[in-house]
Parts: sequence; C-alpha cells; structure tokens
Amino acid sequence: MSILIDKDTTFIIQGITGREAVNMTRECLNYGSKVVGGVTPGRAGREIYGVPVFDCVRDITKRMKVNGAVVSVPPKFTRDAVFEAIENGIETIVIVTERIPRQEVAQMVELANLRGARIIGPNCLGIITPGQCKMGGVGGPADDTRKAYSSGPVGIMSRSGGMTTEIANTLTAAGLGQSTAVSIGGDAIIGSSYAEIMPLFEADPETKAIAIYSEPGGRMEAELAEWVRENNSRLPVVAFMAGRFMDEMPGMRFGHAGTIVEGKADTTAEKIERMREAGIAVAERIEDIPALIKERLAEAA
Amino acid sequence: MRFYEYESKELFARHGLPLGQRAVAESADQARQAAADIGGSVVLKSQVLSGGRMKAGAVKFADTPDEAAAHFDAIMPIVVNGQNARSVLVESKSPIAKEYYVGITWDGRRKLPVLIFSDMGGIDIEEVAETHPEHVSKTHISTILPFSPRVAKEAIGAVGVTGSELNRLTPIISTLVEIFLHYDLTLAEINPLAQLENGKFIVLDGHVDMEAEARDKHKALLDDLGIQPEETRQARPPTDFEIKGAQVDASDHRGVAGNVVGFDGNLGLVIGAGGGSLTLFDAVRKHGGKPANYCEIGGNPSVKKAKELTKLILSKPGVEKIAVMMNVVSNTRVDIVARAVIKGCIESGRDPAETIAIFRIPGSWEDEGFKILKKYNVEFCDRSVSMYEAAGRAVAKMS
Amino acid sequence: MAGMFIDVVVAPEVAKDKDLAAKLTEVCPVAIFAVNGNGTLKIAEENLDECVLCDLCIEAAPSGSVQVKKLYETE
Repeated sequence: MSILIDKDTTFIIQGITGREAVNMTRECLNYGSKVVGGVTPGRAGREIYGVPVFDCVRDITKRMKVNGAVVSVPPKFTRDAVFEAIENGIETIVIVTERIPRQEVAQMVELANLRGARIIGPNCLGIITPGQCKMGGVGGPADDTRKAYSSGPVGIMSRSGGMTTEIANTLTAAGLGQSTAVSIGGDAIIGSSYAEIMPLFEADPETKAIAIYSEPGGRMEAELAEWVRENNSRLPVVAFMAGRFMDEMPGMRFGHAGTIVEGKADTTAEKIERMREAGIAVAERIEDIPALIKERLAEAA
Repeated sequence: MRFYEYESKELFARHGLPLGQRAVAESADQARQAAADIGGSVVLKSQVLSGGRMKAGAVKFADTPDEAAAHFDAIMPIVVNGQNARSVLVESKSPIAKEYYVGITWDGRRKLPVLIFSDMGGIDIEEVAETHPEHVSKTHISTILPFSPRVAKEAIGAVGVTGSELNRLTPIISTLVEIFLHYDLTLAEINPLAQLENGKFIVLDGHVDMEAEARDKHKALLDDLGIQPEETRQARPPTDFEIKGAQVDASDHRGVAGNVVGFDGNLGLVIGAGGGSLTLFDAVRKHGGKPANYCEIGGNPSVKKAKELTKLILSKPGVEKIAVMMNVVSNTRVDIVARAVIKGCIESGRDPAETIAIFRIPGSWEDEGFKILKKYNVEFCDRSVSMYEAAGRAVAKMS
Repeated sequence: MAGMFIDVVVAPEVAKDKDLAAKLTEVCPVAIFAVNGNGTLKIAEENLDECVLCDLCIEAAPSGSVQVKKLYETE
C-alpha cells in the first residue's frame, strides 16, 4: 500500500517539451512510471522518449483513464494548464512550477475542491512511492532515485523538494524504507498541507511513522500538531526544523516564498513548542531522524 | 512588497476611494508649501516601511505652514524599526466622529482571501480581536466567483453596523477588495477608515503589500508609482552585494542562483536549494562557523549563472574559502555545479583545491561531478556524509 | 578553443551539410551549435561548458561524426 500513487497510476506531463520536463519524462519512465502522454499546445504528433505529445489534455483523456498530471509550464500558463487537467477529470495534479502568484494558486485549489481533485504543490518536486511510481522530478534520475528511496514504513512530507530526498536518503541508509514521500511545495498557499495529507497516511496500513521537514513561516506545522492531537493519530511523527537562524531576523524572506517570520507564530521556536505539545518529536539534525523513528516504532510494537 | 503609505493612497485614489487633500514633501520648504496649499490644520507623517510611527514620534500635527516645516525637519531623521524615512506626507486634518478597520489578507488554511472588518478602528486589530471578538468579523472571499458587494455587506452587518453607515461602507470596502484581487496583493488595509462629523467616510491611513511574484504582472502600475525593479522592500534595505546577487539571478532564466544576503563572516556559502540552504546555514552556525553570506541555488541553473554567483561571493571582502553544499539533489545537477564553482574560482584567480573548503552535493549526475572534482583536487564527499558533518568539515578548515 | 570541461568535435562533412547544421542547432538544449551566414555549422564556444551530456546531437548526426569530449576525463 501507499498513498496517492502506486504501480498502476497513469499520468501525463503538461509542458512535456520544456527543458526540465523532457528530463523529468526520461527519469519517470526509467523509474517505471506510466507516463501515458504529454501536452504542449502546437506540438501534437511529436514524441518525447516514446511518449506521444498532444495539443490538449482532452486528446488523451478521451482515449483512456488518466489518474494524474504533472504540470511543468511557465508561471503565466500554469493556471490554465491546471484548470484544463481538472476539467478533464484528472484527480491528482502535481504542480512543479514556481513563482506563481498565490491568488492564482487559490483559484486552482478552489476549482479542484469543487471538482474533487487534489493538487500537490506548486513549487514542489512531486510524489514517489518507492519501487512503484515516481510522479515528478523527486529523486532525480532513476538510478539516483533508487539510491535514496527504498520501500518501507515511513511516510515523508516536506515543504522542501530537495529535503524530501535528503530525508529519504538518511532513512534508507539507516534501513528504514518509505511508503510514499510527498514534496508538498514551499509556497504560502499550496494545494495540500501536512494536515491535509496526514489522513491519507493514517488510513494506509503500510505506513507506520511519519517524517516531516519544516521551516519558519505560516501555520502548517501548527495545523498538523492540531490534527495529530484531535484525531489521536496512531502514527508517530518526527519533524526536522530548518531555518532556526531566521528567528533573529523577522521580516526577511529566505528560502521558499512561504518562509518569512512575520509574527510570533511563524518562528521556529514557536512551531517546535506546538509540535512537542502534540507529541511530535523534533530532531536537531537530519541524521537524528532514523533513531527517533526507530525508538517510536519500538514503543508502538 | 510593501508600499509606502503615499503609494498606497495613490493606488486608492485611482480607484475612487475617499481621501483627504495631501502632498508628499521631500524638504521643509515643500512641507511648508503643502500645508499652505491645503490650508488649516495638517498632519505630517513619516513615509517609512514600518508600523509604529506614532510611537516613534514620526507623526506630528501642525496648525501653521511654519510649524509644518519645523515638523518636517524633526520627522525625517527618525529611524522607525531600522527603516529610514523616504519623505513626509502632509495631509489635511479632519474632525472624526468614528473609526473603522477594514483589511483583506490571505487565510493560508482556507486558501482564500479573508475580509476583516471592525467598528473599532484606529487601534491594533489583533488586540481588538482578542478583547472584543464580537466587534470583528472575518468573511472569506471566493477567488473564482466574480466579486459581489454582498460579501462586504455581510462583513459589515456581522458586527452589528446597519443604517446609512452600512450603505456607505459597502462600496468603499468592495472597492478595497477589488483592488486586493486585481493587483495580487497580500495585504490591503485601511486603518482607520474614519467617519467624519459631517457623516462622510475618509481613508485616514492605509497600506498595501504586493506579492513579489506578481511584480512583473503589474509592472505598469509599479512604473507609474515610481517603484524600481531593484527595490526589494525587505525588512532592511539591500546592500550592493545583495543587489549584485539579484542581478546574477536575473541574468538568465534557467534555475535559481540568488537570494543572496550578506553577513559578516569569512566562509562564503554556495548552498541550495530553498530548504537545504536554511538547513546548511543553521549547521554552519551550530559548528561556530562565520558565514559571509546566505544564498540559494536550485532548479538546475546554467554553469554561467552559478559561476557568476561563485565569483560574486569570492569578491566579497573577507571571504577566505567557500563551502559548496546542498541536500541530495534531484534536478540541479552535481556536474553542472562542480563545473560552475571550479570555473568561478579560476576566473577569480584562486586555486579551486585551496578555495573550496568542501563540496557536498550528492545526487543527480554525481558520478560525473565527482570526476570533475577529482581532476581539480577539490575535497568532496558523497551522501554518506550528512549536511551537518559537511558543514563541520568546512568550518574546521577556517583559520 | 574548447571549453574548460567540454569540447565538441564535428566531422568537416557534417559541418558543411546545411540540413545537419540546422538539425544540430535545433536539438541542442544549450545552444552549442549555431549556423554561419552561409548555413554551415559553427560552434558557440562560450556555451560549450553548458553541455548537459544529453547526447541529442550525437543521435542527430551520422554515427561518429559528432563527438562530445569530457576534458576532465583526459590527462
């Protein structure tokens, strides 16, 4: 089991002929993902590593069931691409593009909610269920992805795409595989927050523990803490908190668009306190995560 | 990106919101002239990118033009929360009957804009929300339905305001919401929105924040208001080093090699990406290292762009060595960054083997990257060395 | 002049072939290839080090006629 994607998941890549998307297509195919088509307006008839390119999403969805879409188009065109995916019945949409104004993200999320679709991102590297499917650039080339990710009991959620893989790599090195890892994106408004993905992990019998990467800015960590407490979650959660230096520099934006200390609730100190109150362990260093998870798995057993 | 009050008011005025007579003064003479033109009592307010002006003494009232000129000289030198005044806004002083608060911002949890309204304006809204929650309403706004004034009406009605006040407030608040949505703002606030003794409403103080990502989209407005592209409007003004960093990032659309922030140390950091940089900066400090800068590389920048960033960091006075570190990379390529930093060292007249304290970027195309590093005798480590350990190795090499 | 890390060597008969020159220019994602005024191929030396080793140029030309050399592998 896993969440969001598995070995049978089919998806398309919107903007497939772009520099980064071409690369991502090859990586996903080499990992064994089912990339069933690509879309770039005006490029119908081309092929990217054997994947047929179409002008419209509908040209693909009228022929077959498509579970997901990875959107890798410039910021100006992202909303249109996401609306197109949603209106053609695609249920899981990963938005890779960064630097999209949040109002447009809100519009995408609002439409997705109306239609029952789920958005991951924007400004994320996608989702991976190790050994089954990788949807997006997460992990990089297939061989590198196999080095970092292995199948197992830990679910990962991360506001940082790069740190998703760093955490997976550390877990794998310690003999802890992952059920599914989700790079949720670093913007102030994103399709799916920790607290919104957490119920999926909670319902997945294979997932036994959660590791998250967190940073200053926003209320996402507090919401997760609240969810864990209110739902009496069965899953132990271990968090790593980056950007501690930012507590001393309010008003400065470092890291992701969503990362800025504007009020007391945005600081790492405050977030760590909220999470600890909810029983979430906070690791000082990335390499401390595996031991904290193992301790908690042993307690649960 | 925060607007100065006078810029916010100019934006409001363009959309027909009611404002007092006002002028921006950049000298005592201009302040005197403005006060004379406006006539009667005026208020002088420091134009500074920070709240807390009143407390800092940067808002003063004048009954005569000469008094206004004297206040100008008193206000300009006042630094408010680390920010210098750009100018002074001179505005007519009006007799006020009642003050309201209206603001629109983003609710990250609901992922929608939220309209906040209160009939207890003029003071800190968060304080009102705590002490008098029944006087504050919060109303969410759809981003896909066309905006309709009933949202404003409901927000006003929710705190018990009715009668002609409700009918007069509705179009003002509706306009503010439309401004918020149209210009991709992250905050549009009027506090206080005052009702004068004659019953009319007027915007006494207001400010807006535009999302940095939307600056290109609204370039025409920013040009009109005279807001330059290089004005970051962060919590403190950018240094030359930081401006040059932004130029490196803007020089090429491929990937990111920017968000450069200067610090006082001797260890230059070529680090990435968003989350990795935060993690590594913490790690260097934890080991007692002194970073010369913060930066972020990500999204697979071109060799040239990452090279220019390296050269910029090496050019900073006091930088002895650089540490090149990232998390396990997915899309940024190890070989591309290796080429860039080595080339950057050589073009700066430095030996890469001496200058690069540690290279810790495992992941995408690492075998190719490690070959390059070996050729130039640069110390590197693979994924078996943690980010924290790598930072420690770099710090240990500093004198 | 080669780049610091990468050199691209094109057989003379390929460089003269205008169709192939145009094709190489199209496939390279980092603009290492360009065409002269007369349609023959030229190498944009300032872009050599941007090479992403995608092999698209090698695949586009007759076998062996385009070589991408990694200068960091040679002594």
